[in-house]
Amino acid sequence: MLADKDRVFTNLYGFEDWRLDGARARGDWDGTKAIMAKGAAWIIEEIKESGLRGRGGAGFPAGVKWSFMPQDSKDGRPNYLVINADEGEPGTCKDRDMMRNDPHKLVEGALLASSAMNAHAAYIYIRGEFYREAENLQAAIDQAYAAGLIGPDACGSGFDFDLYLHRGAGAYICGEETALLESLEGKKGQPRLKPPFPAAAGLYGCPTTVNNVETIAVAPTILRRGAAWFAGLGRPNNTGTKVFCISGHVNEPCNVEEEMGIPLKELIEKHAGGVRGGWGNLLAVIPGGSSVPLIPKSICETVHMDFDALKDVKSGLGTAAVIVMDKSTDIIAAIARLSKFYMHESCGQCTPCREGTGWMWRVMERLVQGRAELSEIDMLLEVTTEIEGHTICALGDAAAWPIQGLIRHFRPEIEKRIETTQAAKGGRAA
Amino acid sequence: MEQPVSFAFNDENMKTAEAIIARYPQGRQQSAVLPLLDLAQRQTGWLPRAAVHAVAELLEMAEIRVWEVATFYTMFDLDPVGRTCINVCTTTPCWLGGSAGIVAALEGALGIALGETSADGAFTLREVECLGACVNAPLVQIGDDYYEDLSPESAVALVEAVKAGTALTPGPQSARRGTEPVSGAKTLRGQDSPGEG
Repeated sequence: MLADKDRVFTNLYGFEDWRLDGARARGDWDGTKAIMAKGAAWIIEEIKESGLRGRGGAGFPAGVKWSFMPQDSKDGRPNYLVINADEGEPGTCKDRDMMRNDPHKLVEGALLASSAMNAHAAYIYIRGEFYREAENLQAAIDQAYAAGLIGPDACGSGFDFDLYLHRGAGAYICGEETALLESLEGKKGQPRLKPPFPAAAGLYGCPTTVNNVETIAVAPTILRRGAAWFAGLGRPNNTGTKVFCISGHVNEPCNVEEEMGIPLKELIEKHAGGVRGGWGNLLAVIPGGSSVPLIPKSICETVHMDFDALKDVKSGLGTAAVIVMDKSTDIIAAIARLSKFYMHESCGQCTPCREGTGWMWRVMERLVQGRAELSEIDMLLEVTTEIEGHTICALGDAAAWPIQGLIRHFRPEIEKRIETTQAAKGGRAA
Repeated sequence: MEQPVSFAFNDENMKTAEAIIARYPQGRQQSAVLPLLDLAQRQTGWLPRAAVHAVAELLEMAEIRVWEVATFYTMFDLDPVGRTCINVCTTTPCWLGGSAGIVAALEGALGIALGETSADGAFTLREVECLGACVNAPLVQIGDDYYEDLSPESAVALVEAVKAGTALTPGPQSARRGTEPVSGAKTLRGQDSPGEG
């Protein structure tokens, strides 16, 4: 088990004071000016060497992303950092804890990341439903301004920095980075075509980096303790610590920060009290939030929780939200509910997604009841591949993958239900 | 209810609106549209067309641009709602945690179905998608607060408390404070915590 001394989010559960005094007692805002004095190039290099990969789901190397930002503006356009706090991937509730219980880590991280990218203003886009979390975060921002930690001459560094909180209003799609930028500009949250990428033309057409809350909030600790410390946790290309959210059929659902690459079985048994009814009662796990394909128990026995290990078993780490399902679960209904979610959240811009998510959900609902032909399983699979990769953003992919995972691992279950329903009909007819 | 013919921010909210607009660069006041629509909704209790018009004027936006924003985001109520809105999450993690039982208990206690408002205008009951508190499933949102780790009984108790006018205690309705395991934190227990290493 990861030692507490190696945990970044030492107030994850909110047992201690989240305000500035409490944050300082936990080591936040310690030597921030000295870190900034080492310069943008040093900060970016340190983040690169730490191996930190984006914590919002895609896992892009954070230091590399930061290095895409122009250091000198040739045309007067400012740089922006935008922090994605639109946490809404089903299963995921980690950023919520960071913002309500450890908000100063995010505020300090915003300053350090912005100084490395020469961004004098940053916006945090928080989902509208997180009202209380926004209250804590705004209070932390106000405290940081009052203490001179941000604002003009932030921390006495000579760097001017403004940080603003912006509340969303209920749209999962705004977690997609370009939809988020559209929303922040006061429009419908519909994703933009890329390129141009945000680093070239993002918020207000200016160079912009969009990072997840966790990515930014771990940065100060990495910069204080050194890249080698973070890179020494986990395994190459999958380094550091990670906050996992374990929900569903476990005895004790919880959030916990662990070492990247912890075996899934250990994560569930040591931290979440084990599967309800014992490990033998496990059916399947969605290991990285609703968008990634499920894995059956046989894979759960040995798989490690990191980007590459989960990719190797045709799933993904995603947001590290582990949704556990025991043998009492109607697995078809569980995935059908996700299909309904994606139908509801499709922004309607691309035809394959707008029409396809509804079509897939209707077929899934019939599969739940077994009211289908066996051939429709392959037809459904075919349609998922017609949606996947054919839309502006990844919501189409996210709607397709859970169904693909279901068919990959539970086709006999779907077939059995269809046959049972057909037999019952035949029985009545006879 | 009929649409009111006019809307104006009260003095306090107008000051708030100006402070919100100041968060964005000159000429980018359109960015304030979500917070201003939220502010208008909080003033009225729902978001009438007249408020959409007023926000459009204040931000110098075409009214249709504000309207398409108001209709895109789920948190804007374009029709009147009950004095207490109960939003039940039923997405898969909550469903695994028994949200169907929570819905049934709330429908029973309120005498209305999902999507309905009670005849006396006291309650609106709605299904919502993932609220982002999945390790505390199942949960509901009432006003600006989450009520987590619900059982059908504790969900009904929330309704009874609202009816009785007694204060609710947000957060987990179980023995825990946050997202730690319900039997107690296994990590972050302080210096003397055993079992580390």
